[in-house]
Amino acid sequence: MLGHLKRHPLAKWAGLLLVAAALLLLPFAVGRVGGPAWVRVLDFALLYVMLALGLNIVVGFAGLLDLGYIAFYAVGAYSYALLASPHFGLHLPIWVLLPVGAVIAALFGVLLGAPVLRLRGDYLAIVTLGFGEIIRIFLNNLNAPVNITNGPQGISRIDPLTIGDFALTKSQTFWGITFSGVHWHYYFFLFLALLTIFICMRLEDSRIGRAWVAIREDEVAAKAMGINTRNIKLLAFAMGATFGGVAGGLFAGFQGFVSPESFILMESIVVLCAVVLGGMGNIPGVIIGAIILATLPDLLRYTIMPAQQYLFGHQVIDPEVLRTLLFGLALVLVMLFRPAGLWPSQVRKRELAR
Amino acid sequence: MIFQFDILLQQLINGVVLGSVYALVALGYTMVYGILGLINFAHGDVVMIGAMTALTIATTLQTVAPDMPNALVLLVAIAGAAPVCMVLGFTIERVAYRPLRNAPRLAPLITAIGISMVLQAAAMMIWGRNYFTFPELLPHHPIDVFGATITPVQIAIVGLAASLMAGLTLMVNRTRLGRAMRATAENQPVAALMGVNINGIISLTFIIGSALGCIAGVMVAANYSIAHYYMGFVLGLKAFIAAVLGGIGNLQGAMLGGLLLGLIESLGAGYMGYLTGGFLGSHYQDVLAFIVLIIVLTFRPSGLMGERIAERA
Repeated sequence: MLGHLKRHPLAKWAGLLLVAAALLLLPFAVGRVGGPAWVRVLDFALLYVMLALGLNIVVGFAGLLDLGYIAFYAVGAYSYALLASPHFGLHLPIWVLLPVGAVIAALFGVLLGAPVLRLRGDYLAIVTLGFGEIIRIFLNNLNAPVNITNGPQGISRIDPLTIGDFALTKSQTFWGITFSGVHWHYYFFLFLALLTIFICMRLEDSRIGRAWVAIREDEVAAKAMGINTRNIKLLAFAMGATFGGVAGGLFAGFQGFVSPESFILMESIVVLCAVVLGGMGNIPGVIIGAIILATLPDLLRYTIMPAQQYLFGHQVIDPEVLRTLLFGLALVLVMLFRPAGLWPSQVRKRELAR
Repeated sequence: MIFQFDILLQQLINGVVLGSVYALVALGYTMVYGILGLINFAHGDVVMIGAMTALTIATTLQTVAPDMPNALVLLVAIAGAAPVCMVLGFTIERVAYRPLRNAPRLAPLITAIGISMVLQAAAMMIWGRNYFTFPELLPHHPIDVFGATITPVQIAIVGLAASLMAGLTLMVNRTRLGRAMRATAENQPVAALMGVNINGIISLTFIIGSALGCIAGVMVAANYSIAHYYMGFVLGLKAFIAAVLGGIGNLQGAMLGGLLLGLIESLGAGYMGYLTGGFLGSHYQDVLAFIVLIIVLTFRPSGLMGERIAERA
């Protein structure tokens, strides 16, 4: 019966409309059930979707393991923070900030990619990991002799994301419904996340996307087919970095504060978890993975912790520890039992079924 | 004036001590890489577990048997921690790497990261997230050498590391077992046809690597008098870089790479401030290792003593 419905030409549009309505109403439903803190979680989940989709280009499409992806997020966040805060007294508009963050992140992507991309995949993993750490160390220490990043204290009082004259932090009431800062951010992030998804889907089907997949499957064969593997790999790095940079800028504006603490290795691994868990190279899978990973810490805090109190009378496992444990186990178990992820892409499935 | 002899000598001594620890940990990476072509990301955390276990044993012994001589306490602590690491190394290989031996290259790398996180979480659950003071089992009083100083702990570290490495080299080059290991590294199917128990050799590689790593972990903890759940990460990373610098898969390379990296780091930390006019201070020490890595990978990816590795994504 469902199959019959699916064939109806209007069904597709009805379905899309339903999804759109659900996405638009979601923050209010979540806010009603869990309070504004959960709408905030939702905003972060959307940021993670953008990040994970960016990393998916590098890891999922091109098959290059990047363990320092959060560095691009950091670069984006700090470019926003430095250009829109009292730290340097600069207050540029968002139309400048986000593209600048994206371009700088892309430059860093090329800078990192250029010397290492001709190497084997596992070397790449270590170099990218090292790159992520280098960026963090520099952010931490570039407060002397010239104060650029303000060191471990980070940069605070960053301008909020402002579109035209409208700051997204403003609370406003229409027809008796109050839209607060978290709601505006939700809609803005939702728009950008959808844009990211759209770009990724178009990329996947493009000449470049097919070249990435070809390189992932067999680099020598790809080269033989006339693909300039080095440039295409660099492009994957730059593209992934661009998304990371934009997401970083949004993060800085949303949070109003950035510090090197937010860009530790664990964050890179969380994003990688999202890509691996969801299904490397499959866009819907990666989105689901990102949402699971972004909401999991808070879910744990609100479910496991009271459960522990109830069962044992005291806290047995710290939520942070439990998160590390679960992510680690998830990476191992998914690779062992569902190597193509929870929602595998068709190509990947075939490849791994051999 | 900056390059005074005693300061230079002190940096060299520190470098050799640091380098011998790196070399021991690097051996664990390089042995596994030589045989499986796999970076065992969890190795650093095995090292950490070794140090933490030894710490627990040592502090317990000190309260239970306060009369026990310190050197004996240290030996018992190492003897107790090494088997834990060996079992751990064996289990990791069985659970996380063996099932994926024929999977795409990305798969075992990702399980390795997962295992590393699981070990860190386990350490946080057992020991918590605090920094622990490692008991002073060997005297830390400095001995004067031409104006520089060296402590008995440091002498012990260098001596033990050197003898362990000599032992390993002998084992790999002179014994039947070592020959089997070399054969497995060279060509697994052919080695199997010659009657080598491949899986046994691979397990053994992990066990030996973990035991060496455990001892290195205890050394680091004893030298800096500190141990915590996160110590394995940076140590593991540095050791890996040392292995790459020397030529990954090559035992002598790992030793050389470890020593070199130790020297580079300690000289760099000592002189970076002067050389850059105070712009980059010693807190950039960790960056140095990665710069070395990138330079090596760019200009000589096979490392100082390695054979050329075919490029493959």
